[in-house]
Order: sequence, then C-alpha cells, then structure tokens
Amino acid sequence: MREIDARILIEPLGALIGNALVGVDAATRALIKEAARAERSPAARWALGVIEENNEIAVRSRDFACQDCGLAVLFVSVGQDVHINGGLTDALNEGVKRGYAAARKSVADPLTRLNTGTNTPAVVHYDVTDGDKIAITFLAKGAGAENMSRVFMLTPSKGEAGIIDCAVRAVTDAGANPCPPVILGVGVGGTMEKCALLAKLALTRGVGKRNPDKRVAELEDKILEAVNATGIGAQGFGGGVTALAAAVETFPTHIGMLPVAVNIQCHSVREGRLII
Amino acid sequence: MNIKALRLPLTKEELQSLNAGEIVSLSGACYTARDAAHKRICDALKNGGPLPFDLDGACIYYCGPAPARDGEIIGSCGPTTSARMDDYAPTLLECGVAVMIGKGRRSDAVTKATADAGAVYLAAVGGAGALIKNRVKACALHAYPDLGCEAVYKLDLQNLELLVASDTKGVCALR
Repeated sequence: MREIDARILIEPLGALIGNALVGVDAATRALIKEAARAERSPAARWALGVIEENNEIAVRSRDFACQDCGLAVLFVSVGQDVHINGGLTDALNEGVKRGYAAARKSVADPLTRLNTGTNTPAVVHYDVTDGDKIAITFLAKGAGAENMSRVFMLTPSKGEAGIIDCAVRAVTDAGANPCPPVILGVGVGGTMEKCALLAKLALTRGVGKRNPDKRVAELEDKILEAVNATGIGAQGFGGGVTALAAAVETFPTHIGMLPVAVNIQCHSVREGRLII
Repeated sequence: MNIKALRLPLTKEELQSLNAGEIVSLSGACYTARDAAHKRICDALKNGGPLPFDLDGACIYYCGPAPARDGEIIGSCGPTTSARMDDYAPTLLECGVAVMIGKGRRSDAVTKATADAGAVYLAAVGGAGALIKNRVKACALHAYPDLGCEAVYKLDLQNLELLVASDTKGVCALR
C-alpha cells in the first residue's frame, strides 16, 4: 500500500491547468491548420486563419487562448493500492483554484448566480483502477459549446443511422454558437447519465485518435462526414469544416434502450494529464 | 478579400452600406456587456434608473474579458454567445443601439429588430481572445464594478476584423 498526502497534488495540478489554458492542444492546432488549407469558403477560411493566429499568440505571449477558461472537469483514476491522507477533493479544488488564479472566474451558483470567485468547485469524476497511482485528466469546458450538448434517448430500432442523426441534429441546432470547428464526443449506450459521461470521456481521448474498435471507428468516420456535410463551417460562416474530429465511446445498454449523448467541444481544446 | 475600414460611431449611411457576409475592420469606442449587465440595463430602463452609457448610436460588445496582467490594460477578450442576449436586444435596439458584436446566431425576432432599427450585428471569431486583446488600445472599467468580468468596460478598438452577421436589410450570413 502506497501512502500519499493529498496536498502533493495541488501544485502539479495548478501548473498543469495554468499551462493548458494558454496552450491549445497540439493535435487540434494541426487539424485547424489542415482545415484552413482545405477550406474553400473565403469567410470560413478567414476565421480559421484568425484562430490559427490566435493560438500562436496565446502560446507566445502566455495569454489565455479564450477568455472563457471554462469550468474545470477532472477525471480522476485512483489506484486501489493508494492510501490518501487528507481530503482528495479538497486538494483537487485547491489545485484548480491555483491553476485559475490569473484566469477569468466563470463559476457561479446556479440559482443565485453569485460567482464563487475561485473558479471552483471543479466537476470531478472518480474512478477506481488497479495499481498505486493517481491519474488526473483536466478538461476546460466553456459555456458556448457545453450549452449546445444534448442527450437523446433513442429506441433500439433507430440503430446506427439514429446515432449519426443525433450528432447531426445537435450540431445543426447549435449552428455557430459552440464556436465551430468543433470536436464531438459521442457516448452510446449505458443509461442517461452513463452516455453523457462517455461523451465527455470521449473528448479526453486525444483529438483525432480513433477508437481502437474498428466498428466504432467506422461510426466515428460516418459521424464526421455527416456533420461536415451540413455546410455550417467555421464559426457558422458556411463551409466544409464544421467538425475536426468525432470520438465515440460505447457501453452495453438495456435491451429496450439506445441512449446517445453528444458533447460538443469548441476548437479551443485546453486539456492536460498528470500521473502521480 | 476586400476589407472595409470603419470608425465608431457609425453613421446611418455607413450602417446601411454594410452587407451580411462581408468583413470589416472596426475601430473606436464600444462598451462590453453580457448577461448580468444586460439585465441591469433593462431593469434601469423599466424603473427609470440611470443608464451606464448613452445607448443612442452605441456599440455593445458581448464580452467578459479575462483579467489584465500587471502592466497590461485587458486580458483575453473574445466574444461570448450572442443568443443569450436575445431577450434584451430588442429593447436596447429601440433605445438606439446601432452595433452589436458577438458570436453565433440570433433569433429571427432579433435579426428583424436589428434591421428595423437600422442597426447591424457583427460576428467576432469565437475563441480568438488572445488575438482580439491586441486590437484593444484602451480599456476602462465603466459601470457595475461589482459584476467582475461581467461589468461594463469601455474599450477603444483598433482594426478589429469582424464579419457582418446581419445587416440593415435583415439578411443573416450565419448558418
């Protein structure tokens, strides 16, 4: 049994977040560059060029790539051979607070709308795994894209075409709002909350990485093709690149259910990983 | 691409000359306001309270900037989703607001109200806060300081490139 003090997570998590908020994910930036070259609509090409330049400026001057540094979402996998002294959730929130010290504070009580002033609490999803490590994945979720995310409770008869249609409907209804080009996390199966969690988890896989299951990877390709056929384009200016990638995660579901969640991520992908 | 340079405040003729889909380079004074500030402005209009700035001919930027670092005037300051201001926009347009800057589609009612008022809605590139920061030459906390990032800031823009999202004819360029 490995024993650790929860407080040792604070500093590295704060540093991880601080860096993630200025540096848009490298794989996403490469896809934006590629999209800017391929895009034929002048307005959308202009927008993609602005985004490219913005992401370069952000890294160079250590400015926040987007002023909406989002709500902090943490996936925390705790090895079952670790014993943690002190409050783990408290330590994580302290790390988040430090990581957002210079950032805009975007977290408020849902009813009073009073800002918490620290960008905490984070949304933390815990998981127990083998081993004696703690793995943390951080994802900054801004309001623009998260607000456009959806859960659909399909009947099994809708099948694969129904799943693709959910992604197209979510992206079409969202239009320009979630700052396209977007990345789609699609959760299929489980229950209502499980598919939502899978959709979020899909966004942490690494942008552009395909599902190792060939059948699922083919579904990802079909979703991406269908979404890009909508013609929404970068920033909703009309064009061929509405989404840069689609990631699907699945989980067995009830014989009478086909839950589908579509979690939309804007092009400003700010994420990071840490293993302690 | 041919980019038209404009300086705020815009004349009626300048507003009417803009066409949805074209890109403009905007300079001059605008005020930031997002959800909370809009609510206060509309409450003030209803109750006869003081307004934070003269709405007639004004340019409102839907933006909640990131804090400025030491020695700087503003942090990253890209646009926020305009649709959240749709409930308030017709009232402000009736009071003379001439230019709105934000991102994303408006409701059909707002696009119509914008055209009826002879105003325009301009789209900034969402997620380009670090670049847009460099197009702000002056920033002053102007009203509602208790709202933090949602306070009203007066910004002096210099050559901020924007797409005309909806024009005085009621044409919308966004999908």
